Amino acid sequence: MAPSTDIAVVGWAQTPMVRRTDLSETALLLRVITDAIEPLGLTRADIDFTCLGSCDYITGQAFSFVQNLDAIGAWPPKRDSHVEMDGAWALYEAWLRLQEGDIDIAVVTGSGRSSTGDPALIYPMEMDPYYLAPIGADPMTFAALQARALIAAGIADERAMAEVSVRSRGKGDVDELLEGDYVREPLRRHDLPPITDGAAAMVLATGDRARQLVERPAYITGFDHRTECHNPALRALDDAPSVRIAAEAAGLGDAPVEVAELQAAFTHEELLLRRVLGLGEDVAVNPSGGALRSNPIMATGLCRIGHAADHIFGGGNRALAHSTSGPCLQQNLVCILEGRS
Amino acid sequence: MIPAAVIGVGQTHHKTRRLDVSFGGLVREAVFRALEDAHMTMADIDAVVIGKAPDLFEGVMKPELYLSDAMGAVGKPMFRVHTAGSVGGTTGVVAASHVQAGKHKTVLAVAFEKQSEGNAQFALGSGRGASLGAGGSFAPFIRSYIHRSGAPEHIGWMVAVKDRQNALKNPYAHLRIEDISIEKVKNSPMMWEPIRFLESCPSSDGACAVVITDEEGGRAAAADGRPPAWILATSSRSEPPAFPGRDPVRPQACLQCVDDVYAQAGITNPREQLDMAELYVPFSWHEPIWLEGHRIAEEGAGWKMVDDGSTALGGSFPINASGGVLSSNPIGASGLLRFGETAMQVRGTAGEHQVDGCNVALAMAYGANSQYFSMWIVANSLQPFG
Repeated sequence: MAPSTDIAVVGWAQTPMVRRTDLSETALLLRVITDAIEPLGLTRADIDFTCLGSCDYITGQAFSFVQNLDAIGAWPPKRDSHVEMDGAWALYEAWLRLQEGDIDIAVVTGSGRSSTGDPALIYPMEMDPYYLAPIGADPMTFAALQARALIAAGIADERAMAEVSVRSRGKGDVDELLEGDYVREPLRRHDLPPITDGAAAMVLATGDRARQLVERPAYITGFDHRTECHNPALRALDDAPSVRIAAEAAGLGDAPVEVAELQAAFTHEELLLRRVLGLGEDVAVNPSGGALRSNPIMATGLCRIGHAADHIFGGGNRALAHSTSGPCLQQNLVCILEGRS
Repeated sequence: MIPAAVIGVGQTHHKTRRLDVSFGGLVREAVFRALEDAHMTMADIDAVVIGKAPDLFEGVMKPELYLSDAMGAVGKPMFRVHTAGSVGGTTGVVAASHVQAGKHKTVLAVAFEKQSEGNAQFALGSGRGASLGAGGSFAPFIRSYIHRSGAPEHIGWMVAVKDRQNALKNPYAHLRIEDISIEKVKNSPMMWEPIRFLESCPSSDGACAVVITDEEGGRAAAADGRPPAWILATSSRSEPPAFPGRDPVRPQACLQCVDDVYAQAGITNPREQLDMAELYVPFSWHEPIWLEGHRIAEEGAGWKMVDDGSTALGGSFPINASGGVLSSNPIGASGLLRFGETAMQVRGTAGEHQVDGCNVALAMAYGANSQYFSMWIVANSLQPFG
């Protein structure tokens, strides 16, 4: 069933992406929401619906999102929701909500301060509590298993992975990188994402309201997300069927995209995603630098959609954004943005 | 907005410890019951929306990732909601939105909590200790309500007895206190003045699942002799934690949310137009507080509806015919259980705790420091008021 209402990204903002900030998540959101709405001439009173994406385990506190109500300025009270997922999924909820047709403007956020914990300790708790969490394997371990599967299938090799790193980060020399030690074979330090604190906020508007706010709204013309089964041992790690289904449902194949912003926190993930999404050499992948340059977990996916929207704001015609969650690309989201003349 | 209907409701038997099942087994129990009720299989489900309270309760981060198989979500959209104690309700609201937006035809809403896996009191304080717990947080609000309304102290005891009597008619309810009485409640230990032990909700393991479909699906179920519960209205509101001028006894977010659902459903006189309500009452005194917060009673007069028996199962305005949160409290699922119960009531499938002639019902859940509200109104027809 195709949505009938035009819904567009009309603006977004991100905080400085840093290894560690002393600002609370609420303070980050307070600033970034203001940064997203002010250039549009909007105030918090204009926002009809808010949906925040964050994760208690990353914040290190139960109900951590509750204090973020201060950042959205929920007084008078607001239509509001929160997802324990990346802000890209908060955007999905807002996109659905706007299609109900009674409201015009939504703000969504993603926020996370990964610096407050040790990812190697926290992430194993995301795994199956009976069979996988007890072995304490961290995300790097599962990523390395997938990288090995991709290398075995001829989809990736260590040089191609290093090239992804150099291109994304805009620095480094492939030959030198390949001399480095393994962190988890076949992954070296350059194959891994940084630890980043940060937040992003995005403004969505419907039909005419979007056109009033900006000259060239980034219309969401396709949006879908899918999950796979959890246990990496039960999946073909050299494929990502949920990415393929989401891309088909979002209509990726209907027309070419110029830009693809992929949430590939590990170098080999970009190679797999390119292949599954059928992206040719003519598609600019992660011109922003992607998750390898900054990885504010719970906002990384929303930032991908933001950078894709920037491409449209700048005159581009069609862009793809991708977000993911879970071990070895378990759950995947695809969002297509288009400009109109 | 596209009409949506509930065509299946399922829940687990709620207990202090469901040691017989894993997380997946617990969730699956509710999912299969809902699918069976809807005459469907997982293949008929287009998207899954799951809600639960903080992951720190069980110590599993984003457990929906692990639960994707148990919920039949593989290859489908799977969406995780978390809005504090209101989350079960918000799960219903967001699942309905999936259909009302025209994006998905049939959606499975799932909510669960397996509280015995962890220590909720510890998690509420984020492991830092010194947690007031929910009772400690709400007791001042309750004292304020009593002070303002002049309600006599037996009101809380009456609610506690009434909900536990209702629970005896609900085969899934956790607390089954056969000899429940005013004397028993009043002699139970004082927990947080004025809340006594038997005026408090239990800590439960449990899950609930609800199948929501579009108008065509609702009409197909009706044609098959399985009346759907039409969703006339949904809404959510949130307000910040604390500041001078906020009234946690009569929160603005609650009033705005209820005004929104009443406007959507065409309700101008809730006491007359609604036939029952499932209100989130974790401590006995929240029944009169929410009767007023939902404009079912005048401000200051909610306790009188309790006192004169109006809110009893055979009364003029039954509240929590299921036994409510006071009888079963798998926190993340408690809201969806309220929403699911109203669907059962208007479908006429509530069994022994069925309210006679129930056509229109209101469900609500709230969370955090009385800050997050979610509600829906369901009815046995799309135009119950003509």
